[in-house]
Amino acid sequence: MWLLGLVQQENTGTHGPTSITNVTDEWPGWAQVFETLTLRAGFNTNTVIVGTTLLGLAAGVIGVFMLLRKRSLMTDALSHATLPGIGMAFLGATAMGLDGRSLPVLLLGAAVTGVLGVLCIQAILRLTRLREDAAIGIVLSVFFGAGVVVLSYIQANAAAGAAGLNKFIYGQTAAMSVGDAALMGGIAAAAILVTLLFLKEFSLACFNDAFARVDGWPVTVLDLMMMALVVLVTVAGLQAVGLLLVVAMLIIPSVSARFWTERLWLLLVVAGVIGALSGYLGSVVSALLPRKPAGSVIVLTSGAVFVVSLVLAPSRGVLASVSRRLKMRLRIAGDHLVEAAYERETRDAERGVLLDAEIARLAKVRGWSVWFRPLAIGLLRWRGDLDAAKHGMRLTESGRARGARVSRNHALWEQYLVTYADIAPSHVDWSVDQVEHVLSEPLIAELEQSLERRGAPVSPAADRGKNGVRRDNGRAGGVV
Amino acid sequence: MIPFDIGLDLFPMLAAVFASVSCGLLGNFLVLRRLSLMGDAISHSVLPGLVVAFLLTQARSPWVMFAGAAAAGVATVVLVELVKRLGRVEPGAAMGVVFSVLFALGVLLIEQAAVRHIDLDADCVLHGQLETLAWYGAPAAWDGVFAWETFQAMPRQVIVLAVTCAATIGFVAVLFKELRIAAFDAGLASSQGFNANFLHYALMVFVASATVASFEAVGSILVIAMLVCPAATARLLTDRLRSQIVWSVVLAVLSGVGGYLAATAVPAAFGKDSVNAAGSIALMAGALLVLAIVASPSHGLVTRLIRQRSLSRRIALDDLLAAMYRRDEASDGKPSALVVPSQVHRRSWNRAMAHAVRRGLIAADRRSLTDTGRVEAAALVRKHRLWEHYLVERVGLPADHVHETAELLEHLRPSPADGPATDPHGRVIP
Repeated sequence: MWLLGLVQQENTGTHGPTSITNVTDEWPGWAQVFETLTLRAGFNTNTVIVGTTLLGLAAGVIGVFMLLRKRSLMTDALSHATLPGIGMAFLGATAMGLDGRSLPVLLLGAAVTGVLGVLCIQAILRLTRLREDAAIGIVLSVFFGAGVVVLSYIQANAAAGAAGLNKFIYGQTAAMSVGDAALMGGIAAAAILVTLLFLKEFSLACFNDAFARVDGWPVTVLDLMMMALVVLVTVAGLQAVGLLLVVAMLIIPSVSARFWTERLWLLLVVAGVIGALSGYLGSVVSALLPRKPAGSVIVLTSGAVFVVSLVLAPSRGVLASVSRRLKMRLRIAGDHLVEAAYERETRDAERGVLLDAEIARLAKVRGWSVWFRPLAIGLLRWRGDLDAAKHGMRLTESGRARGARVSRNHALWEQYLVTYADIAPSHVDWSVDQVEHVLSEPLIAELEQSLERRGAPVSPAADRGKNGVRRDNGRAGGVV
Repeated sequence: MIPFDIGLDLFPMLAAVFASVSCGLLGNFLVLRRLSLMGDAISHSVLPGLVVAFLLTQARSPWVMFAGAAAAGVATVVLVELVKRLGRVEPGAAMGVVFSVLFALGVLLIEQAAVRHIDLDADCVLHGQLETLAWYGAPAAWDGVFAWETFQAMPRQVIVLAVTCAATIGFVAVLFKELRIAAFDAGLASSQGFNANFLHYALMVFVASATVASFEAVGSILVIAMLVCPAATARLLTDRLRSQIVWSVVLAVLSGVGGYLAATAVPAAFGKDSVNAAGSIALMAGALLVLAIVASPSHGLVTRLIRQRSLSRRIALDDLLAAMYRRDEASDGKPSALVVPSQVHRRSWNRAMAHAVRRGLIAADRRSLTDTGRVEAAALVRKHRLWEHYLVERVGLPADHVHETAELLEHLRPSPADGPATDPHGRVIP
């Protein structure tokens, strides 16, 4: 009787093969896959596929606005809040002698309580000191609880039983009729159309609502319209993907698209494509394979796109930012190394000192890890700043020039901080370390001039002539 | 009469109360740290944990399931944190992505399991099965209660829940100080020398285990409700964390018991079968919250309305007295008409007048101040002119700009004992 009282062992007959040996899915042939993919698998399947694709497109596009408005999870509350509406619409319609399972009636009920849920969130935010997360959690759980109560009431007491109402929780494309799918596709298409018409207004409200207000736009109305579109998409998606997962169709495509672009129109396009693609794949897969609920496949498809985006996206992706950080660290380590080497040579008044001891000391002080040290040295050697002679490492001519430049930057900054920023001489070295890699060329020139003008001591003139900052198109200038 | 049967109803109710109390306790810190939805995320993604644990071991041992679910819960927290940090995704969206993907995975796995003739009922995960926790070995008399056999016959889920509840209470009691600092100021907590990050994860582990323990008996929906509602309600009742926690426990017990009884009693009153208890408990928690929003003594709508009313009445009265005083001052005692200031509503003016007459501050003919009235009005005008003086002398505002500000400040309580003799406009300060 453990947890999965859930687990009722013998699954008698309603679906699936009855033979014990036949436990795998039937894989469809290539011809069948091709037919389904190219929409030649019959009118019924096609309607479902097209409808789900449209739904994905609509959800992806509208989800962008929700993401920009930071309302992603409000849609979760909304979709949970549709459940009591479904149950009550069923009860109401049955009581009035209508067909309780007629889809438009159920969807209307869902929309009503969904909107009510959103209004409750707004009311809680306005009337109490509770934060948004709490408000969302409250509405989500209480409304869903109400839905569970209503459903269990129907199950136990209504004559017709609630069979079929449960499908709205997890979604079931298989049970969709052509009419249902057409209704879903129609709602989605309408939502897309409205979004396109109000694109400018929505973007304005999303990016700067205060400005939009001042500019005379009815931001509250626009907000309500966006919410209404979300309600439409949610309600349309109830039957296909279920109310627990419809939120994913709204969130995931836009979050994934956000990795790839900083421009709104592109964001809308990418999110729409991701949404449509996952809708399409989800419905195709669930049409081809038994026991692959479309909702899950859709969400997992877009989830896969999300993971790919998270890792591979060009500037915001994990790989990109890791490599950026590594490059930065390597550059800084290289700077430290050549600087230390240059200063050592200056101190000893001798060129071509062997540097291995110096490098070991530096690695210890800077805390370079075992793998990082050869990497940094390798990079320096590859750039020709460091030379591996017979007995050890040595600075090359270009390395010396670079070391001189870094050392000079260091000195300049120290001087600047002491003179202008009123930092005690004993405290400057630490902060200099942080900034000497961020100096830009013009800044160096300006600093140099102003210090000279005021007669403040600058680093040795010899350095300036030979290794002028201007000559080396600023490899040390770098990341600002 | 509420139908209550020891064997049938005692343990479901106890399970609901234990689950509610452990979730309600932890919820306090989630609500304060704006993590309320973490409970939501965890309880959604526990599903794949359960299914994977089951599919891997093919065993329905409680510990395997518990481990799988707890692992999934912690994995959710870690994944959300990763997505947030690595992808710089907004927290809400990060949570949404993680839990919906995990949940979808769970649903798909359940369907896969069904291929192998194992029916995992996903609905059960949502609603729980409180009603099935019957105590078949219920003792007939009280002396049988403490026997080992009785204990053995108790539903195991209830015992798990009781242990979880005790552990949660222990956790909160032992780490109360640390949790409190971390809840209000994680930075301060870290600078005081205990690891706020560690506390965060410890809290999440407890949330995950409370979720998992409650799961089987009461379903995820009740878990989410109990993680948010009692704490949010308590937050509207008090400003101190200690009493907020006590309140949240009281509210959790109330909604547990009340919701359970309502689930059976209300439909029975209409001659219908009982409804889902977990949902009804969530509803009860929501009802208590609405009650607190409306009627909380400190932060409720009613209190705030009353407070606002009494303040505006007091200000109207003050304005009336001051206006009369100024009229007398200007006309040197000769009777003259009193002008109703244009920004004052005539009705509130009349109401203030009636109030003043009742309190004997204004004579019954409504034309002149009584002696007590004059003293009070003088005090007000004095405050007004002192403020004007202060604003000009100390703040440096020009003399023709200070009246409006002083008009607001004159209603503040304190009144200094000494000050200059005249205000910036040259009028005498009473």
